Amino acid sequence: MHIADQISQYLLSGLSTGAIYALIGVGFAIIHNSTGIINFAQGEFVMLGGMLTLFFLTALKLPLLVSIILAIAVATLVGIAFERLAIRPMKNASPISLVIITIGGSILIRGIAMLIWGKDTHALPTFSGNDPIQLGEATILPQHLWIFAVTVIVIICSKLYFNYTISGKAMRACAYNSRAAGLVGIDVRRMVLFSFAISAAMGSMAGIIIAPLTMTSYDVGIMLGLKGFCAAIIGGMSSGLGTVFGGIILGVLESLGAGLLSSGYKDAIAFIILLIILLVRPQGLFKKGDTERV
Amino acid sequence: MLTIKNINTYYGKVHALKNISIHLKRGEIVTLIGANGAGKTTMLNSISAVTPPAAGQILFDDQDLAGLTPDRIVKLGICQVPEGRQVFKPLSVEDNLELGAYLRYRGREGRGAIRKDLDDMYALFPRLHERRKQAAGTLSGGEQQMLAMGRALMARPRLLLLDEPSMGLAPLVVQEIFRVIEQLRQERGTTVLLVEQNAKAALRMADRGYVLETGKVVLEGIASELLENKEVQRAYLGKDKKEIWEK
Repeated sequence: MHIADQISQYLLSGLSTGAIYALIGVGFAIIHNSTGIINFAQGEFVMLGGMLTLFFLTALKLPLLVSIILAIAVATLVGIAFERLAIRPMKNASPISLVIITIGGSILIRGIAMLIWGKDTHALPTFSGNDPIQLGEATILPQHLWIFAVTVIVIICSKLYFNYTISGKAMRACAYNSRAAGLVGIDVRRMVLFSFAISAAMGSMAGIIIAPLTMTSYDVGIMLGLKGFCAAIIGGMSSGLGTVFGGIILGVLESLGAGLLSSGYKDAIAFIILLIILLVRPQGLFKKGDTERV
Repeated sequence: MLTIKNINTYYGKVHALKNISIHLKRGEIVTLIGANGAGKTTMLNSISAVTPPAAGQILFDDQDLAGLTPDRIVKLGICQVPEGRQVFKPLSVEDNLELGAYLRYRGREGRGAIRKDLDDMYALFPRLHERRKQAAGTLSGGEQQMLAMGRALMARPRLLLLDEPSMGLAPLVVQEIFRVIEQLRQERGTTVLLVEQNAKAALRMADRGYVLETGKVVLEGIASELLENKEVQRAYLGKDKKEIWEK
């Protein structure tokens, strides 16, 4: 195979993992924007998506589509419960204590998942077969197309929600200035709850669509969560295109690095990028400096 | 309409309001004047439940506001235009106005009524109509003030709390803002509690006034009488003793 063909293959698989990172990253951004905290339990919702789908599919013998819907619903409920039980009771806690609580929450969810489902790695069946599709010299699996489609649809839906519905606008208002949002009658606590529900749903979706390709187990959430966090940082914590590009950049660089250098460097690449961004452009790659007008 | 009895509010560890009692009757414009740090903003934030009072009682149409969150206060019909405008800068002007009607969107009211109020706001503030698609952060200070007022009015408040609407604005813009407050009272009968550093302008427009000093009410009365009061003139209207004595 020519080097150019190889590269196009790496680009394609990079794009699909990038899409996953983007979905997870947007979840990080939504919670960060409405509460000012980084929810390190985000990765566990990704894990829950995959593991719950598997559970409904194999233990309860439900059809794939039903299992997926149930898995997203349950993961969303876990997100809501997490906010109600772990975040809301801490009324005047500083963001840093809340961040530590989310780390504790993630360890708890992971531990429970391990007790219930064990430490084995499982594979989820692909949604529509395993026959590779030829794209020029590169090949792509139908599952990759599912990943692209789901990501694009979710991003478009969230864009429409945040820009054209009153509750989406209210969430943006809370993100920008929660005190002023309260003064126009927005129930800020409800918006925080919403943001956890939406992020959990998005995270679980990401976990479900990637599970057929990468296998799933009780601890996949750590790495996927951190990669999503990288994507959100590159994107400057935007809940839109910034984070999507962040995810894609990360996915493509990772895949090129793994293919051209060595696959052992795959995770290192993501964290080197994260460190460079945090040192050089902590506001993200795409964000212009804020100018204040008084 | 609004009765505040002996409230005490702490801002962090600072005892910002000490046993304050004020009241507003329906349709009145009442102003709170006083120097920086006198507790004017804390007063409004106590009513809006941003910094709820530690003791005392606030009654709005005989309903006790204790224990309510800021959004519930808005639901009762009390809207605050906060100090420093605090518009949602990344959102468009129109989005800001729509968010003012947030609770009405959630209620049973039709979109038509909200749309009509939006047009009313544009009629009241034509500049906002010109800039309705722009991000609120790109507006000038005066326009942001108009937007903040429009946003509050979109909730159809029965009581409007205005916190330093003239702060940092050019005199002409200040005039326009005050003209609108006057117009609101005449056309809608909105009751207004106005906090101002610009004591002269505020007292000229208001029916009654309270003078706050380090968290206490030190004077109260009919606005025109306060305007003539020597102590008020000296402390807040910038006339020095000599001018007053020469009269």
